[in-house]
Amino acid sequence: MKKFFAQAYIWLLLVMLYAPIIFIGIFSFSESRVLGNWSGFSLKLYENLFSGSVQGGSKLISAVENTLVIALIASAAATLLGTIAAIGIHNLRGKKKKGIMFLNNVPMINPDIITGVSLFLLFVFLHISQGYVTVVLAHITFCTPYVVLSVLPKLSQMNPNIYEAALDLGATPFQALRKVLIPELKGGMISGFVLSFTMSLDDFAVTFFTRGTIGLDTLSTYIYADARKGGLTPELRPLMTIIFLVVLILLIIINIRQSRFKSKQAVK
Amino acid sequence: MVLFVVLPLLLIVLYALQDGSGHFTFANIAKFFTDRDALATFAVSLEVGIETTLICILLGYPAAWILSNRELNKSAVTIVLFILPMWINALMRTLATTELFNMLKIPLGKGTLIFGMVYDFLPFMIYPIYNILLKMDKSYAEAAEDLGASPLKVFTRVTLPLSMPGVLSGVMMVFMPTMSTFAISEFLTNNKVKLFGTIIQENINASSWNYGAALAFIMLLIIGICSLFGGGSDKTEVEGL
Repeated sequence: MKKFFAQAYIWLLLVMLYAPIIFIGIFSFSESRVLGNWSGFSLKLYENLFSGSVQGGSKLISAVENTLVIALIASAAATLLGTIAAIGIHNLRGKKKKGIMFLNNVPMINPDIITGVSLFLLFVFLHISQGYVTVVLAHITFCTPYVVLSVLPKLSQMNPNIYEAALDLGATPFQALRKVLIPELKGGMISGFVLSFTMSLDDFAVTFFTRGTIGLDTLSTYIYADARKGGLTPELRPLMTIIFLVVLILLIIINIRQSRFKSKQAVK
Repeated sequence: MVLFVVLPLLLIVLYALQDGSGHFTFANIAKFFTDRDALATFAVSLEVGIETTLICILLGYPAAWILSNRELNKSAVTIVLFILPMWINALMRTLATTELFNMLKIPLGKGTLIFGMVYDFLPFMIYPIYNILLKMDKSYAEAAEDLGASPLKVFTRVTLPLSMPGVLSGVMMVFMPTMSTFAISEFLTNNKVKLFGTIIQENINASSWNYGAALAFIMLLIIGICSLFGGGSDKTEVEGL
């Protein structure tokens, strides 16, 4: 009985959380301009999306491209910087370590708008003209702390002697890094990368403040401008549905692989 | 790190304490305290933020508790289901919520704003609480039971206090963003209700950087105070998100 209520509660919450997403999904199969106004089943929006014949379509497509490219560059750079920073922080002790960790947490505690405004002021102050580069720099800034936090636990789990053993056995520091350290930290680096990628994809406020006036759009800023103009471009519906399904399938695959991995380990 | 973390924040303070031509002044901050509209917006943001956070705790804590309880929830998939909506663009989700309200003929206003915010931020409350409940040593609760505490007492005296750090980091992750969002509140209320984030954004965009920075500075102060109360350091819960 208790179990039944618990399950019912969880599923009720999930239905609430998913209602808008399912709503978008359903209406991606209707041609109507407005969400919520069913005008019969149609695949027209999907056709438009793939043939590129969206109203003002080149803008939407370049926004999607920008979003993906910025997210890739930013999360790759953040993974690199974050991993190096984590190794550095791991070797610090006492007050210094606490201080740096505090600094690392600042961008995570700050709401996006503060990060956005503060970086905007930084670029103004340094007379850097804002555009693609500043957006990427800003994204690296708010992604890096997450990488640091995903890599640090791996460092403390690692046996510190194996790195030194590699050095003793004649490896150059670079070899030791590549053959010993990186394989040990790989898990943390990957989850840091994935986390950064998600954060960057979803970001709106920071991009909004750091993109300048050159008309650079990511998906978020495109949607914002589009919605303010009144009426969202209908082709966004199939786009969102596809993104959601891709992510859903990816996560299911990851979960199945993980549980297989776990059961394999259990057999061993 | 100093360049991109410390300097930008110092610049907020610097710009907040300057007038348009770079002279030192407290006028921007004084302007906020005499600006009736800004103060009213601030009060509304505070109210919306607190209400959203409370509702998130009330809805999220039981969910996190059920999810972390092995008897009640066996699959790891359910927790993934709670995180999954985060992958859909937040603005898109918000717009869909708005359209849902429109379709159901519910007038947009503060009520829909809070509902939409809860919907957007609930996972951020559930996840840290879930994490801490999962890691918690179950033998404390069992010991309390063995010593004769009723299930309610076990919860209020043992489980709840031990899970407080999770609740606090959940509060930080919900309260701060709700107060400072601008796009979400614009959409969910059709621009009827302004939040603090909106006036920061409006001022920055209207090139009144100094006043905008002053408002951001006030926001920063609130964050500082909140993180002092929340212990401030426990943000590692975000890790698994």
